[in-house]
Amino acid sequence: MGSYVPSTLKEQKEMLESIGLSSIDELFAHIPDELKLKSELNIPSGKSEMEVSRTMKDIASHSHIFGTIFRGAGAYSHYIPSIVKSVVSKEEFVTAYTPYQAEISQGILQSIFEYQTMICELTGMDVSNASVYDGATAAAEAVNMCCERSRQVVFCSEAAHPDTISVIKTYCWAAGHELVLVPHKDGKTDWDSIASQLDKKTSACVYVQSPNFFGQLEEVEKAAELIHSVGGKLICGCNPIALGALKTPAEQGADIAVGEGQPLGMPLSFGGPYLGFMAATSAMMRKLPGRIVGETTDVDGKRAFVLTLQAREQHIRREKASSNICSNQALCAMTASVYLAAMGPEGLRRAALICYQNAHTLAEKLCCIPGIQLKYTGTFFHEFVTEQADSDRILSALEKEGILGGYPLENGDILWCATEKNTTEEIDKVVNIIRKELM
Amino acid sequence: MQLLFERSHPGRGCTILPACDDINLDASLCRAQAPHLPQLSENEISRHYTELAKQTHGVNDGFYPLGSCTMKYNPKINEEIASLPGFTEIHPLQPEHTAQGCLEVLSLADKLFSEITGMDAMTFQPAAGAHGELTGLMLIKAYHQANGDHDRTKILVPDSAHGTNPASASMAGFQVVSIPSLPNGCVDTKALRQAADEHTAGLMLTNPNTVGLFDQNISEITSIVHQAGGLCYYDGANLNAIMGIVRPGDMGFDVVHLNLHKTFSTPHGGGGPGSGAVGCKEFLKPFLPSPTVCKDENGYHFCRNNPQSIGSVKEFYGNFLVVVRALTYVLTLGKEGIPEASSNAVLNCNYMMNHLKDLYDMAFDTGCMHEFVMTLEKLKKEKDVSAMDVAKALLDNGIHPPTMYFPLIVHEALMVEPTETEPREVLDHAIEVFRSIYQTAIEQPESLHEMPLHTPVRRLDEVGAARNPKLRFSFE
Repeated sequence: MGSYVPSTLKEQKEMLESIGLSSIDELFAHIPDELKLKSELNIPSGKSEMEVSRTMKDIASHSHIFGTIFRGAGAYSHYIPSIVKSVVSKEEFVTAYTPYQAEISQGILQSIFEYQTMICELTGMDVSNASVYDGATAAAEAVNMCCERSRQVVFCSEAAHPDTISVIKTYCWAAGHELVLVPHKDGKTDWDSIASQLDKKTSACVYVQSPNFFGQLEEVEKAAELIHSVGGKLICGCNPIALGALKTPAEQGADIAVGEGQPLGMPLSFGGPYLGFMAATSAMMRKLPGRIVGETTDVDGKRAFVLTLQAREQHIRREKASSNICSNQALCAMTASVYLAAMGPEGLRRAALICYQNAHTLAEKLCCIPGIQLKYTGTFFHEFVTEQADSDRILSALEKEGILGGYPLENGDILWCATEKNTTEEIDKVVNIIRKELM
Repeated sequence: MQLLFERSHPGRGCTILPACDDINLDASLCRAQAPHLPQLSENEISRHYTELAKQTHGVNDGFYPLGSCTMKYNPKINEEIASLPGFTEIHPLQPEHTAQGCLEVLSLADKLFSEITGMDAMTFQPAAGAHGELTGLMLIKAYHQANGDHDRTKILVPDSAHGTNPASASMAGFQVVSIPSLPNGCVDTKALRQAADEHTAGLMLTNPNTVGLFDQNISEITSIVHQAGGLCYYDGANLNAIMGIVRPGDMGFDVVHLNLHKTFSTPHGGGGPGSGAVGCKEFLKPFLPSPTVCKDENGYHFCRNNPQSIGSVKEFYGNFLVVVRALTYVLTLGKEGIPEASSNAVLNCNYMMNHLKDLYDMAFDTGCMHEFVMTLEKLKKEKDVSAMDVAKALLDNGIHPPTMYFPLIVHEALMVEPTETEPREVLDHAIEVFRSIYQTAIEQPESLHEMPLHTPVRRLDEVGAARNPKLRFSFE
């Protein structure tokens, strides 16, 4: 079997003797016998590192790695600068716990402070927390921040990512908040449809994602005006790469900005670990969930960083805490920081523009194929939806050529995505394969 | 040291992407001003983080007996396996037949962790322990609702519990009823009997409990709750004491969460990502988060048709790469290594406690499991040396302090969890350091208020940080 226990049996015996015991069993003597396992666990015997490595590599080989990807839908294939992995593999960062002891955790604490600053810069908001689990739980936590005793009605755009809607739904059901899904028209949320339901006493917040699940830019300002007119809050879900060029949530009236940080240097990884980022106006600072790092000084007057505003948190407030969150996605937050530092303002803008350009080139060329057309007319960033007769055939044909095509939606539409990684050659290849298949 | 932003020079940068054509984006779509991101060469960024790493203490830097956090060694093979392209480069929404390896990981992990906990099914969607608690409580809520039992609105939580327990109960829409502990830290079964009634949705408990003792009345406790119609939730934070020896499922628990980043050796990354896998008994399976993984003659599939499911609690399927690491660990240890790990965790803990208890007052003077709690109440009263002072003195000796001031039911508490991966010499050295700090506390107590002296920064003004929050760098 494999083991990471250093003590030999002889050493274990000596240690036991030094405390007046003669066997390991005596350490567990106070556990009632009838509760103890009568036989070994029904799991395989332990193995050497070489054997386990072989088994796991074999399992990993059972999935297919697509060399070319035109699928996003919440998980995006972006280029990851080499320095990212090098930094976030440093053992000090990897093996540390939450930085409770600030004196020996300045590295982690400062990196979180830098992360908070970058998230504020990206979103235009005043304060950021140290991260939550992912974009969907960030949205659900933001909803909780906005609900008060009398204001418990939550309006969520139906054009948001389905997993985000599902998580918001689950959290609202558990907490007892009322959820109203706002339908979409031509790929964009139809805000007029809720005008009559907004109420000065009960409406808590609106959640809107822009670009939305279909890639369309939403009328966020309109949503902000509507919900603010009844004293509620606007939560805006955003894409961090798009923020390299496009309007910030703050510029569009958001009280809270949230999003999935995976595009900032995290591999696809079958869905996780990713990064939930959250930032808010100063007015909402003390409602933010999770860790927040602040600047202070030590007894010698030296600048230092520390976990702060802890009176919001579960270990102090218990059932009255703003959230139950304890562990977050710290190493993923550091990943995002290193990514953003390596890209710089110009690099991030380039990423945004190349994504935009590639997606629009792909859309244009796809729509030259007879039988394929754009579903929605609005402005999109790096994702768009096409309508066609036979999406299964198209996607299978691409798959046979090692290309992961767009994401098939339930109604037969396809949601395509292009990023800076896709080349003109790849786009032409997709178009040619589809043309041939539909001939 | 300088912040990234203070090192920045306009015009510097890395060349990550090729130049692109300037697109005429409609001005109404664009942000007014570019974000202030650092402008630095790769060398400068690299050195910056190397310097930050030097100011960070991880398990790799030395002893880390942080109670209730199980800071065991993080095996390197786990990292290597989690970096395989067959895991990292798989899109969560690619066709199932092209993601069979990833589905196999989830399916195999389900089987192994169910057996280790004595449960019938697991979900890996929850991203951390607290998230697992919330998910488990949601299962309990959905179960009662499905039974038309709408008056079960209360969750019983011992006063010694982790703060996440009551906070999770509150997020799940329950009222929290605090159950007092006996002087020995165990559940007061009399008080429990009084509290458990037709409004009880469930009980949250960890065993061994938060003071590191195994509650021998556990079968009675779970049956009191069951008789009242409630369910029992096991907080897996302390599972490292009993793996392969006794299982939550056999103690009468219906739902458990595991902290894969504690018990199953996945690294904590300075605060995350973790994984709070949740297991449950057969009768709660229909309520598990969607999707679930199933297998038929054509291979593995996601099952999304779960009408009674609580829904999703996270995007996609959870912190997948953390599950890959934990699975690698369980396959390495196997049925022999799992109880061996727990046995040595308990041995190391008893060894340290027994070699300290003549000087330090233990909160409970019995054998401990994987962690023990000492109380510095007397030292505080007589010498004005607090738990914090002792902790800060440890910093100067290269030892990460134990958990301070927890559990709340013990005054001036220090909670020590050595874990099984520390050799005897490390424990002996730590014992020596603890003993010499005690001597200092008796002979020169005021000197301890000055410590630490040799860390990158010294004691911080935490009150000032909270009173006058400065939460980001200001470019003005």
